[in-house]
Amino acid sequence: MSDIDKKSGAWRQNRRGFLVKTGIGLGVLGLGAYLSKGLVRLKIAEMVDNASASYNNDQGPTVWFEIKEDNTVIFHNSKVEMGQGIHTALGQIVVEELGIQWNQLRVVAASTDHGPTDPRATGGSDSVSSLWEPLRELAAEMREMLVNSAATLLKVAPSSLSVTNGVVKAANGKSMTFGEIVKQTTTWESPKEKPTLRTKDSFQFIGKSMPRVDIEDKVKGRPIYGIDGMFPNMLYGAIAFPTVVGARFKSAKPGKAGEVPGVVKVVIEDDFAAVIARNRTAAEKGKEALEVEWDIPKRWTQRELTAMLKVGEGDDVVIQDEGSAESLLDSPEIIRSEYSTPMAAHAQLEPNGAVVWVQPNRVDVLISTQVAKITRSEVAKALGMEEEQVNIQPMYVGGGFGRRLHSPHAVQVARLSQAVGRPVHCFFERKEEFQNGYLRPPTNHLLKARLTDGKVEAFEHNVSSGDVAFPSPMFPSWVVPIVGADFGAWRGGRIFYDIANKRTVSWRAQIPVYTSWWRGLGLLANSFALESFMDELAHHEQQDSFSFRVNHLGDSEASTRMKGVLQAVADATGWSTYAVPGRALGIACSTDVRTPVAQVAEVSVVDGAIKVHKITCAIDVGLAINPDGIRAQCEGAIMMALSSALKEGLYVDENGELGPTMYGSYPMLTLREAPVVEVIILETGNSPRGVGEPPMGPVAPAVSNAVYKLTGKRLRDLPLKLV
Amino acid sequence: MDIIFKLNGLDHKLDVDPDMPLLWVLRDVLNLKGTKFGCGRAACGACTVQLDGAALRSCSLPVQYAAGKSIRTIEGLGGTDDSLHPIQQAWIDEQVPQCGYCQSGFMMATAALLESNPDPSDEEIDNALTNICRCGTYHRIRKAIHKAVSLSK
Repeated sequence: MSDIDKKSGAWRQNRRGFLVKTGIGLGVLGLGAYLSKGLVRLKIAEMVDNASASYNNDQGPTVWFEIKEDNTVIFHNSKVEMGQGIHTALGQIVVEELGIQWNQLRVVAASTDHGPTDPRATGGSDSVSSLWEPLRELAAEMREMLVNSAATLLKVAPSSLSVTNGVVKAANGKSMTFGEIVKQTTTWESPKEKPTLRTKDSFQFIGKSMPRVDIEDKVKGRPIYGIDGMFPNMLYGAIAFPTVVGARFKSAKPGKAGEVPGVVKVVIEDDFAAVIARNRTAAEKGKEALEVEWDIPKRWTQRELTAMLKVGEGDDVVIQDEGSAESLLDSPEIIRSEYSTPMAAHAQLEPNGAVVWVQPNRVDVLISTQVAKITRSEVAKALGMEEEQVNIQPMYVGGGFGRRLHSPHAVQVARLSQAVGRPVHCFFERKEEFQNGYLRPPTNHLLKARLTDGKVEAFEHNVSSGDVAFPSPMFPSWVVPIVGADFGAWRGGRIFYDIANKRTVSWRAQIPVYTSWWRGLGLLANSFALESFMDELAHHEQQDSFSFRVNHLGDSEASTRMKGVLQAVADATGWSTYAVPGRALGIACSTDVRTPVAQVAEVSVVDGAIKVHKITCAIDVGLAINPDGIRAQCEGAIMMALSSALKEGLYVDENGELGPTMYGSYPMLTLREAPVVEVIILETGNSPRGVGEPPMGPVAPAVSNAVYKLTGKRLRDLPLKLV
Repeated sequence: MDIIFKLNGLDHKLDVDPDMPLLWVLRDVLNLKGTKFGCGRAACGACTVQLDGAALRSCSLPVQYAAGKSIRTIEGLGGTDDSLHPIQQAWIDEQVPQCGYCQSGFMMATAALLESNPDPSDEEIDNALTNICRCGTYHRIRKAIHKAVSLSK
């Protein structure tokens, strides 16, 4: 993986997908050639920040829904289940509109052979929001197709039929189950008019905390993850990876690898070396015996990396500019602060890898992936086969968090299977997960503000960050010079307060470490900087942190919703009258995928250690599909963000290697340190908005703001440390 | 080399490399995939099984040391009639798992804890359960353990 070409050929197929997602028309791009690049980039940034999710579906209902003769309905989901509960939430939408009972539903991850295949990926907190309209329309279409067929079979008018609980009933008392209809139908008749969708007042499933469809398999330990995959006659692979940042494969000799008992084949190619064995233990021992030469042009130091991450270094792109922020802030009487965050790992429990079976005219892949389409394309290309010959079966994902948005290891395992003529199972070691994947990029922030009469008159946020979207195979490289700034890196960085003069500048740091998608992208780092600084300004004016924020929010829809979540947490925590000795409350808010979230952290400091007792979280989701699912996502995001706030950081050591490289030595939040979490769900809309990532934003600044109240110390770097 | 042990109530005699970690014997020789690989260094707990009742991180026990012992994995936690153990029922009642990958380890560590300490305090739970959950289900795990205690009474 050290030799991957980050901008793979797959970008051509994704070109249309990307444009559809952000709504950037070709007209704007044409304009870019003639107008100032700066103006186009500003417009694009604004559109990206406000884009609503879209889903580009090209498959009919009979691909999405497989109705069995026993009346079960298999929902082939193009989105993968990684614990975010979307098999269940999307299943609720299907059951509602199709008109079946909950126990008729089975949800499976769609294989690329069967379809539907997601044109992009699972991620970005947009599975439910992007499929809300299309999936209901598909289910309604399927329902009407069943009705039309039943009408023919029962020899009645379709208008005399009704659908309840998976049964089509005629006014004359006759009925047929979906299963009976399917048994007798050979061709389907699509409805002539767009079917009417069920309305909110009739919902029986949407809005209820239906129990998760995948939990029983998970508590029984069923073999459902990528690493559990098996094919007959399977062997085990182990690929050699470098430990030094920037090292590239040069050459390899088998050494004593072939003599290790259980080793079947040593594979040495131009760009990697590996061992294939009868079991994993033998493969690992064989790998250790390989003699691999790495090309190490330079050993990087953490100091060099940190120096690259400085506002003022690298390419800058203005992504927000209202009023006259720049000139108003050109004054000695401004407040300025610098913030920073380190690299972090995904540290998801299931390592990456794949189970691949290359056959003469077909390839089968079992993999925990968020990008089935790209993976199929990469495997086909590497083997010189057609995409139709490659079947990707996505498995349940043992932790995604953005780590599965690029699966180049599928290609390497495919080459191993091809070399040995048998299926191969090959998964990373934990150390390799830390050193040979991709990470959340490090950041550096410079914030400036000018205060007049107790209010912020001008506000500027400069964020320097490693890349997020640019290295991804999902992101066509030709777009880089047009958009200029990596939207993943600046996500959450634009100032949402109603301040007349505001400006955000994104600085691109091209560091030698592979950084990319990590839950929330730039949201965690940018919210930490913005909301800690906002708190500094409140304290500077001797104003309450909650009221100060509310006073900078106007009456737009977005600002009204933000005030709503702020008020909810202030009320729930008794903010204005809170007085518990030895404890303090900190508040923060952020918006992501148009979902505002506010949180209050209740914190104490004992012997210099920060203890978080409780986090109260309010989230405005528009429309809730599964309230318990929303609570679970908030709880999980809060734990993950708190872990980064208090503990996590990956650095380059004195040997030029990334570390720490093991659980335990890479400090993470454990059960002992987990706070109580209370979630308040607000619904101010008619459609569901994203939930998975938005709660990542306010955690770190809410905690840091509480720490300031307790100690008078303003912490400006993550992880938060008092001593 | 033949290694003999009891697994989920049944006797097994296996001809395997004595150095192979018990984890891979369970997963790849016996095809019981419920016990998971997370780190291979006993640092995360995803591979937790019960060895003579005590919690054991199976990635770090060469299978030869399992000889003569009685092992229980997640597949053996419930009844042979596919009924659920109170811990599994509590995990479902509280809707604990998100991705679920770490959860067999947590449930087996909980089984070991409750068998030696049927009504543990939060402090005792914290000391016994040092497993890692990246999805952040800790809040619900704690609730589910207390629920399992009450279901067992």
